[in-house]
Amino acid sequence: MAAKAAFDELWGASRGKAARPGLEALATWLGDTPPGEFDRRQQAAETAFRTLGITFNVYGDDEAAERIIPFDIVPRIFTDREWARLSAGLEQRVRAINAFIEDVYGPRRILADGVVPADIVLGNPQFCVAVAGARPPHGVYAHICGIDLVRTGPEDFHVLEDNARTPSGVSYMLENREAMLRLCPELFDILPVRPVDSYPELLRDTLHSVAPPGARDPRGVLLTPGHYNSAFYEHSFLADNMGIELVEGSDLEVDDDIVWMRTIEGRVRVDVIYRRIDDDFLDPLVFRRDSMLGVPGLMAAYLAGNVTLANAPGTGIADDKAIYSYMPEIVRYYTGEEVKLPNVETWRCREPEALRYTLDNLDKLVVKLVDGSGGYGMLVGPTASKNEIERFRAALEAEPHRYIAQPTLALSTVPTLTDSGLAPRHVDFRPFVLTGADGVTIVPGGLTRVALREGSLVVNSSQGGGTKDSFVLAPGKEPA
Amino acid sequence: MLSRTASNLYWIGRYMERAEFVTRLVEATIRLSSLTRGEPSDMAWRSALTVTGGAPIFEATGGSLGAFNARRFLTMSEDNPGSIRSCLAAARDNARASRNTIPREAWEAINRAWFNIRDRASPGGTQATLNLVDRLQAEIRGFEGALARMLRNEAYWFMRLGSVIERGDNTARLLDVKYYLLLPAGEEVGGTLDRDQWTTILQTVSARTAYRLIYRRALQPWLIADLLIYRHELPRSLVASAEETVELLAELGRRTGRQGEADRLARRRLAGLEQGTIDSLFHEGLHESLRRLIRENAAIDQAIAQQFRFG
Repeated sequence: MAAKAAFDELWGASRGKAARPGLEALATWLGDTPPGEFDRRQQAAETAFRTLGITFNVYGDDEAAERIIPFDIVPRIFTDREWARLSAGLEQRVRAINAFIEDVYGPRRILADGVVPADIVLGNPQFCVAVAGARPPHGVYAHICGIDLVRTGPEDFHVLEDNARTPSGVSYMLENREAMLRLCPELFDILPVRPVDSYPELLRDTLHSVAPPGARDPRGVLLTPGHYNSAFYEHSFLADNMGIELVEGSDLEVDDDIVWMRTIEGRVRVDVIYRRIDDDFLDPLVFRRDSMLGVPGLMAAYLAGNVTLANAPGTGIADDKAIYSYMPEIVRYYTGEEVKLPNVETWRCREPEALRYTLDNLDKLVVKLVDGSGGYGMLVGPTASKNEIERFRAALEAEPHRYIAQPTLALSTVPTLTDSGLAPRHVDFRPFVLTGADGVTIVPGGLTRVALREGSLVVNSSQGGGTKDSFVLAPGKEPA
Repeated sequence: MLSRTASNLYWIGRYMERAEFVTRLVEATIRLSSLTRGEPSDMAWRSALTVTGGAPIFEATGGSLGAFNARRFLTMSEDNPGSIRSCLAAARDNARASRNTIPREAWEAINRAWFNIRDRASPGGTQATLNLVDRLQAEIRGFEGALARMLRNEAYWFMRLGSVIERGDNTARLLDVKYYLLLPAGEEVGGTLDRDQWTTILQTVSARTAYRLIYRRALQPWLIADLLIYRHELPRSLVASAEETVELLAELGRRTGRQGEADRLARRRLAGLEQGTIDSLFHEGLHESLRRLIRENAAIDQAIAQQFRFG
């Protein structure tokens, strides 16, 4: 169910009569393309994705089940002005995130100044004691951030989550664009769409820029848990497009605090590891002892400064939803500016009043685990069954500190191809923010996720959401 | 290149070659059993199972050896690691794990071949089976075409190396199982049945036309053996596989600086084949010689795994 009438990003409040300024060309294209043609292209897209093996494994499904994420060919569009605002807000936020992580593993000024309660950081399961006091090159911790945004009105963007550990989805941004160029080339004639294909190169440059000092011609690798992981397609896609080796834990060895990879020519030294494995699995000597995915001794090599890990171990502290609720204060503390992209109003259930409010309004709120991701462990009050609500009530009363609650937002909609023609469907947006030695870079685009069921607000791929291409328009010519 | 990747690529080559060999074998055996006059078709299928080394596994399943069961076992069976389905699944698994080292076209061809067989419960009737192997062969040709257009680098050499090692094994097995047909003993040799059988052998390695072009005479058993063992012009002959093995190992050696036992064994095998003649081979005993060649090929496979640390 959608809460209040949602804002439609193409039609605004005109109820399908007139497109918002700058998007008229898309409206015309939608009107002029015969419905059968949409269906044909949609089919072609799905066939292409299936053939290329752009798949996503859903946990809990049969291990061999590879699903393709449904792709919708009606793009979501940001005007040049909207993008300028967004990217300024994203840059500000990611700078603050990196400053915050550097601080909490270093001098902890923000805790001493009482801006964020110390126990919420130091007692947090995401706080990584092993790296306290270790500063990675250039003080960059979160090299790649995926910031989840939602929109509720023409000017109203909110940050829903900061993904600062191992954000995924960027391969879909790139593949979706590839599909659109192939299936709807005429759109690129009528709209000045900014390209996104430089992302792999920018990512490689970012990674190499933070190599340990002294590494000449640094060698980067992408560390994957292996091809049964849900995001393996993305891992291989990125490694391939960056021209770096895709490695599993068993391909690496640590000797004398130096990381080597096993090749047919002997061993080769590794300087930067873009790791797509969670902290817990990185090194059985330091974290989970039963992990077969990591590399014994990797943390020692990292702490000795002989290898850069991206993202750094311990970035999960900025990913935590309890910390998220302090982000406006964190941004103000490190940048001296007001936050440009506000949070969604958040009740921290660890606080008695917030807990009471949450318990009284479970049927209206979205309740999340502070360390959850992927739409797992989440209650969407307005659509939940009585049983679910009661289950969450019990869980909240038992461990309130593990939860936050947020209002059910009227997420914006974008026209989407459905069985009964074009219809509005709710979307969110995940742009990817890179931070290297030379600062912050944002490719003009990102991943738009769309809830395919009518009225649904759950866009997660693991919960059956789909994706769309996200067009960022170049500055338009002034109308003559 | 990572040792694990090299191993994956090598096995993609082996499994795709094996899948292709089995499609040809099934196709040729269907033709043979439809031609057979007098001999029950399960003889033809029994020999096909023996060629793939799957006979003991088939017996363990307890199924009766009818044409349908044999066809299903060779094409679809998940109990048979040598079935087309199992080979394609294994090739695809390796390809998925090393997606970024193989060309997109090669991956797509493997994937399409897999989807052709993945959801089928049964190979269907004779015609349906022929249609299926036909489609699979087309996809596998697509894979080989993608390889042919590939950058000549380690990824290419390892996949090719897997193919030629597999090929050396398959051709030798095919001849070995059919060797009694090539050793004229009974009265009836040269009769219709034998000619059909010999044709099957040629068809399985797609060498019918090659035979005609090279020998320009009627089918003769020792010439068929000569073609499949000693003729460089035929890509699936043992000597051509042996020669390509030496070349590929030399390329890898130049690129990686690693040469060793595999190179030595491969060169020794090639020298032996280049000095041999079909007369001396029949003299040694065709069956014994083929068993020896199969063992030599297996030793080279082992040496490759060691030399490049497949681990």
